[in-house]
Amino acid sequence: MSIEVKDLTYTYSPNTPYAATALRGVSLHIEEGEYVGIIGKTGSGKSTFIQHLNALIRLQSGEIKVYDIDLNAKKPDLKKLRGTVGMVMQYPEYQLFDETVEKDVSYGPRNLGLSEEEIRERVREAIELVGLDYEEVRDRSPFELSGGQKRRVAIAGVIAMRPRILVLDEPIAGLDPRGKQEILALIKKLKNAYSPTVIVVSHDMDSVAENCDKVALFADGEIARFASPREIFYDDELLSRTEMDCPSVVKVVKELERLGKSLPTRPVTKAELVAALTVGEGV
Amino acid sequence: MNNIVFGQYYPSGSVVHRLDPRVKLVMVLLYIVTIFFVVDYAMYGALFLFVLAVALLSKVPLRILFRTVRTIVILVLITAVINLFFTQGEEMLFSWKFIHIYKEGVERAIKLALRLILLMLFPSLLTLTTTPMELTDAIESLLSPLKIIKVPVHAIALIMSIALRMIPILMEETNKIILAQKARGADFDTGGALKKAKAMIPVLVPLFVGAFRRADELALAMDARCYSSVAQRTKYKVMHLAVRDLIASLFCLAVFSLVFLNKYLWHFDEMILSLFG
Ligand SMILES: Nc1ncnc2c1ncn2[C@@H]1O[C@H](COP(=O)(O)OP(=O)(O)O)[C@@H](O)[C@H]1O
Ligand SMILES: [Mg+2]
Repeated sequence: MSIEVKDLTYTYSPNTPYAATALRGVSLHIEEGEYVGIIGKTGSGKSTFIQHLNALIRLQSGEIKVYDIDLNAKKPDLKKLRGTVGMVMQYPEYQLFDETVEKDVSYGPRNLGLSEEEIRERVREAIELVGLDYEEVRDRSPFELSGGQKRRVAIAGVIAMRPRILVLDEPIAGLDPRGKQEILALIKKLKNAYSPTVIVVSHDMDSVAENCDKVALFADGEIARFASPREIFYDDELLSRTEMDCPSVVKVVKELERLGKSLPTRPVTKAELVAALTVGEGV
Repeated sequence: MNNIVFGQYYPSGSVVHRLDPRVKLVMVLLYIVTIFFVVDYAMYGALFLFVLAVALLSKVPLRILFRTVRTIVILVLITAVINLFFTQGEEMLFSWKFIHIYKEGVERAIKLALRLILLMLFPSLLTLTTTPMELTDAIESLLSPLKIIKVPVHAIALIMSIALRMIPILMEETNKIILAQKARGADFDTGGALKKAKAMIPVLVPLFVGAFRRADELALAMDARCYSSVAQRTKYKVMHLAVRDLIASLFCLAVFSLVFLNKYLWHFDEMILSLFG
């Protein structure tokens, strides 16, 4: 069990006229090695939830355990927690600050208190993992890079801490189709490298259906359903109640059904759709 | 952040909130002037009751109002102590080596502390019941006679309102950046002053970069819509004086004139003393 959340409730600015309850009794178990998608309309509490996972938000009520780190403890080991849960916030490129790419990426590992040698090693590896040329970019200012490159440098800054759990808040928002594909491929690569557990908040149903093992559907501060993409995206009542869209593969299947062609399986990825379509034709 | 106005604004929709912001602003200015004419404890008490009455009317919890005083506690203490020790007088209360405390010093310290606290309370009530935008509009309206002598009142008001509008955005951005750097293991809470200052660099640099980016975008967007500060424009919310504004003004003016009457004509302190003595 890598993450265990029980009955998490959170209110912003409690006891003021601006009080806003963002989470109501959220419980979730995430196993090591799972690729979890978090979906839900804006304001449903997704960001608030994931920010709890590395104690960026102080627990108000409920329980959270990340591996053996108990966030309900009096003084949880925050350094260890932040080395374990790598958080890539929304628009991470806006967090870059140092003179050179190398220095910026080394900020996280340095805060973990690693040796200089270890830091250099991790920084090089992280920059190469995100697909940049270490020798070429190490001494450049992060501010002179292109948008996509900046986002990669920012992600490198998080994975240089070698987190076992990688959490990303809308990592493909505001990117062009090619940039989206690159980042999604990068997340897969990172999952195989150090971070077996990946949690991604996304509004892109296609990529969620394509990549995730499980999907947590947030609605109004609660988890409406935590299940496989297949169970969620074929539940019309659930989707319309939570104002969610389904991925294009599912739309195709529904259109086919409307035309009188029903499939033997319920595909959610493109590969599954192709397999389902070709099966009957004996190819 | 769902249209939250920054700072202190405490929405309760009371009658004080609905008063014309110009009236509130002028009354606060008069109040500040009045404070300096208070001479005796009775008047401090009267003004305190006045502030309390307005606070109750405004439905702002007293706890929140008095919290604003916390920010000046140190200032109050320092001025009080300085006055206590350095005021010379006739009636010595206490003397030890080079420290001499006179009755006049005690009195002065108390009165200054009261004055500072009262100076803080009423203007705080203004910002608690008036949004920054309303205040900017009020200032623009009150300064508009200066347009005759070619003061760019509208441009000044626009700069003020953009600055005010930017504050909550920048605060939100600061929070986000702090969270992001914390996620990268940043530690803002431990270490000496120098270490803490250094820890802020990863927050300040992105903040400034973002602020310049936003300023650029805003200027571009305004240009794209042919914004001009000399054009005649109408207001979304037009300010009208209402009967309640007249009543509020009269009430305030009555209280303020009490202070002046007390200073120049009567002396409540002596009256009260003679009643009991
Ligand atoms: N810093 C904040 N202060 C006050 N309210 C907030 C803050 N952040 C989020 N909220 C509120 O909490 C709710 C959940 O927000 P969030 O977790 O950001 O949702 P999502 O990421 O799903 O869009 C929303 O109603 C939002 O208005
Ligand atoms: Mg969000």
